[in-house]
Amino acid sequence: MSLALYTKDLRKTYSGKPPVEAVRGLDLEVPVGITFGLLGPNGAGKTTTVEILEGLLEPTSGQVEVLGMSWARDGAALRERIGVSLQETQLAEKLTVGETVAMFASFYRAARHPDELIELVGLQEKRDAWVVNLSGGQKQRLAVATSLVGDPDLLFLDEPTTGLDPQSRRQLWEVIRELKSRGRTILLTTHYMDEAERLADLVAVVDHGRVIALGSPSELIATLGGEHVIEFAVENDGNGDPDLSLEPLHALPSVIGVRIEAGSVQLTVGEPHLAIPALLDHLDREQRHMTRLTTRHASLEDVFVNLTGRHLRDG
Amino acid sequence: MASARRGPFTWLMLARLKEFIREPEVIFWVFGFPVLLAVALGIAFRNKPPDQVVVGVIEAEGAARIAEALGAAAGFEVVRLAEADAAQRLRMGKVSLVVVPGEPVQYRFDPTRPDSTLARHLVDDALQRAAGRQDPVVIKEALVTEPGARYIDFLIPGLLGMNIMSGGMWGVGFALVDMRTKKLLKRLVATPMRRRDFLGAMMASRGLFVVLEVVLMLLLGWLLFGMVVRGSLPGIMLLAVLGAFCFASIGLLVASRARKIETVTGLINLVMLPMFVFSGIFFSSERFPAVLQPFIKALPLTALNDALRASILEGAALADPAQLARIGIMLLWGGLSFVLAMRWFRWAS
Repeated sequence: MSLALYTKDLRKTYSGKPPVEAVRGLDLEVPVGITFGLLGPNGAGKTTTVEILEGLLEPTSGQVEVLGMSWARDGAALRERIGVSLQETQLAEKLTVGETVAMFASFYRAARHPDELIELVGLQEKRDAWVVNLSGGQKQRLAVATSLVGDPDLLFLDEPTTGLDPQSRRQLWEVIRELKSRGRTILLTTHYMDEAERLADLVAVVDHGRVIALGSPSELIATLGGEHVIEFAVENDGNGDPDLSLEPLHALPSVIGVRIEAGSVQLTVGEPHLAIPALLDHLDREQRHMTRLTTRHASLEDVFVNLTGRHLRDG
Repeated sequence: MASARRGPFTWLMLARLKEFIREPEVIFWVFGFPVLLAVALGIAFRNKPPDQVVVGVIEAEGAARIAEALGAAAGFEVVRLAEADAAQRLRMGKVSLVVVPGEPVQYRFDPTRPDSTLARHLVDDALQRAAGRQDPVVIKEALVTEPGARYIDFLIPGLLGMNIMSGGMWGVGFALVDMRTKKLLKRLVATPMRRRDFLGAMMASRGLFVVLEVVLMLLLGWLLFGMVVRGSLPGIMLLAVLGAFCFASIGLLVASRARKIETVTGLINLVMLPMFVFSGIFFSSERFPAVLQPFIKALPLTALNDALRASILEGAALADPAQLARIGIMLLWGGLSFVLAMRWFRWAS
């Protein structure tokens, strides 16, 4: 299996006082033809990693191979074969959508037709509109169109859907699926776990500049031991966390994990139909009154919380 | 479409031009502002007929005869004054000189005021002649008020130089940092775009605008103020384009590291301010003391302004040694800035 991306002990330290170790020994192996998700909170080192892979930043140390080539040796050839969508690029405001894509197309030896790309991202009606007059979602779709002009073998999308309207998000997901169906590799960073679950074949969870978990979304969720989460709250004198002894909850049937979060108790369970009646009995015996009860499927968010004790959005 | 596809350089250049013409404020600052400035200053400092000398004559015995004598000679405005008013009028500068009739005739004036001293001589001349003086030397006056020596003629090349400086600093320096803060530079270098195409297009578009600016300013001078262009147009264009290269390079240098708009704005002002003051835009740089002259002459805008004036107003050839020296100064500034900018320029991070 050939690799689209390979890093070994990748490190990046920004000089300063104190120096910031953004990436601290990151190992990645991304096979060709998959959508790979780099998942982690803000400040985890995702963008630094991606910019090193894109050849925009020099690593402090470590090995980097992109499509089997190195930036130092094969920079010019690599530029023709990758596509890049940075986080929050502002394209020239007074150019039209059509002009912007055509200009980017002029940089590539073999470029896709601008009109075809504009249609792909659903901007054909905005072809002659100035960039400054586009909505945030339309601008982002345009940015993705410019990343696709070279018909890249490897596409980098850094937080492509942050702050987007649902329609633009779905449109971008379609674009990613289309590209993948043509055998291309996509590296996606996001802090939306639903997006990673939906799109990524393989996910690396990054925290403090290292990969702390790697696998397909379902594999990662399976590491929790149960695929369901029961969340409940009890009547409480204060506003703080429930003053409930957690020990007995661990003993309930099918319960694998217990944690308290934002005023409610979360149980990771294998089989909710066994756990819920036992939980209700337990609270009855303790004479505690339940104020809320929900169940849901475990997500990558739970995986992250389980690994770090923090939420993805907390940063 | 494939055959109609334009090359990257063409596209980058086209993008600069399109962005430029779609930005009304920029159009105003580049073309409208200097025109307005030239018109306003041209009107304010237009050549007026020679000023009348205002002379006060104290009401007394013989006042009528003196007033009549001055009235007969051209160029005097005579005010008959009461003794009580005279001192105040003179002090306020409402009259340049007060004549007190009598024997002898008395001139009251302030010798530290040039207009007073001038009035003393003119009035004396007129009164002595009226009294029958014969001048032993025969003289003839030839008046030489002609285009080329007026303030507006001096001003227009200066405004052109100023415009070329601002254009390079803002149009290249500021524009690049703006692209950097918007991550557009980073986005562009993530493509196979060649950096020299990008910078080349940036410089070339400046060169193109400069040609338009020269045409506009010279046309304005010619149509509105009857300015006479003595130098060859290609020569003037060459100087302007060289100036544009010089200031675009300095703009590039100023933009090479800055990550913030505030930083680059400060740097641009820091670079431009001394030249606004010293380089002879609105008044001749010769007015500064001789000690400062070597420093002033070494400034690129002084070189550009002096070269433009020599070419436009005096028709100096490019091969003229003084012109070659100015061209050398601009090439040195431009070349050095360009080389340093290339070494330091921050593309991606």
